[in-house]
Amino acid sequence: MYKSKKSKIITILFLLLGAIIMVFPLYWMITTSFKTLAEANQVPPTFTIHDFSLEAYGRLFDKMPFLLYLKNTLIIVLFSFGGLLLSALAGYGFSKYEFKHKEVYFVVVLATMMIPYQVTMIPNFLLINKLGLVNTFAGIALPGLVSGFTIFLFRQFMNSIPDEIIEAARVEGLSEFQIFFKIVLPMSKPILAIQSILVFIGSWNSFLWPLIVAQSQDKYTLSIGLSLLQGQNTSDVPLQMAGATLMIIPILIVFFTLQKYILDGYNLSGIK
Amino acid sequence: MNSLKKYPYLFIGPAMVLLILFFILPIVVALGISFTDMDLVGLNDYSAVNFIGFDNYKAIFQDSEFGQVILNTLFYVVVGVPLVVACSLTIATAINFVSGRIGEAFRGIYYLPAITNTVAVSFVWMFLYNPSHGLINYFLMNLHIIDSQIAWLSDPAYAKFALIILAVWKGIGLNMIILLAGLTAISKDYYEAADIDGANAFQKYFKITLPQLKYPLFFVIVTTTIGWMQFFDEVYMMIERESANAKSIALFIYEHGFKMMDYGYASAASIVLFIGIITITIIQLKVSKEN
Repeated sequence: MYKSKKSKIITILFLLLGAIIMVFPLYWMITTSFKTLAEANQVPPTFTIHDFSLEAYGRLFDKMPFLLYLKNTLIIVLFSFGGLLLSALAGYGFSKYEFKHKEVYFVVVLATMMIPYQVTMIPNFLLINKLGLVNTFAGIALPGLVSGFTIFLFRQFMNSIPDEIIEAARVEGLSEFQIFFKIVLPMSKPILAIQSILVFIGSWNSFLWPLIVAQSQDKYTLSIGLSLLQGQNTSDVPLQMAGATLMIIPILIVFFTLQKYILDGYNLSGIK
Repeated sequence: MNSLKKYPYLFIGPAMVLLILFFILPIVVALGISFTDMDLVGLNDYSAVNFIGFDNYKAIFQDSEFGQVILNTLFYVVVGVPLVVACSLTIATAINFVSGRIGEAFRGIYYLPAITNTVAVSFVWMFLYNPSHGLINYFLMNLHIIDSQIAWLSDPAYAKFALIILAVWKGIGLNMIILLAGLTAISKDYYEAADIDGANAFQKYFKITLPQLKYPLFFVIVTTTIGWMQFFDEVYMMIERESANAKSIALFIYEHGFKMMDYGYASAASIVLFIGIITITIIQLKVSKEN
């Protein structure tokens, strides 16, 4: 017993060391964002903030229309929640109905997970262009609205909902869509929760596609706006760190409040 | 039951239309465009697009930059994948061993980098890698590991490693969670039986844990390989565009497609990448089946 306690302590120390490396870049980002330009460029560096300053945030808001980019990003997030509903509907369709060529359709769903982004990127741009949606929020959101993986996870979860419940609801005279919205969706809360969080994080962080479709500043998302701080402001490190901090903090808040949901959600998703 | 017939299609219809439109159809379109000289003019006037057969493919295989980005991408895969998988497995094993509340806390901390925005963390790491003000050179010089500043991101000898370190840092979280879920699912009975047989910790790990972890491990290896083959965000943000040295195939495709507007050429490169990904995935499937 003594031996196993000792090895546990060694393991914890090992994990602690690794954890410091994992967290340090974020600590460095946040502290640097509150330093003055002089302190941030100082050698040797200061590991705590000596001269607390909000100047970098002031310069950031001067240089970058942060609120506009935030609004644009949230619009994209809203779109993706709509997409989540479409995925849930499809997951239910695959889970609870029998229909012709069901297997074929489902193979199509699974196949979409293996197609690299670089292949779809140019054709999707042509399509969005043809639809007249270049430089619109719809154009940014549309190609990523549903994903094969999300549909797959919804189907997996809904397989565990007993058919009897649905049959009973039919007998009581509920329509098919009423059954979905009043019975199935409320029962799917765990998978909805984890998927909503992942969709939020995904669309908040998305970069490449918005970069291609958004062509004027009024459509830029936070990721694009932030990437523009590179180049013309390379020497203003606190400014860049302030931007990075504002980009990452909302995600950290979501993560820490819903941590257990998110991490346990991977057990739920059945990739075991 | 007959009256229910239309409902499945109403449920799956919208999602299926989007998947076919934005995932399946593009493969056909990309293949088609790769045989043409489509450019910015052709984008709005399809009559200006000419069929040029295999010319794009011939050209990319004679393009020395394309050769370089293929080698770079293979380097990312060969070094990056084992590194991410080994780190994730080690950490998942350690967390599973510690378990309890402490284990849960570590699980959260190690997952953290996985959800950060790549653009944002690229800035942070560019600062850490900065030759004169960066912390990494500062530490290495103070510890006398190096005696002159390393230009991490512009020196060809270091740029790829610098990117790999960042991507490993970011990639551990998700894989660790998947492996950890697999580890906790292994029945305790196996270990109890092994204890009775007098097996030591290493024997238990290699005879019970790893074989039981086969599926999650395979999932992690395949998805990580595909991910590294499409390595883009970090490279785009951190590497000087002029140098082909650390450029990935994904960045090459992006530049030819959306900077030079050479859609035909970029599509041909993307089809080559697609074939590469399919080939490697099939090899992995075959190898895993034999074992």
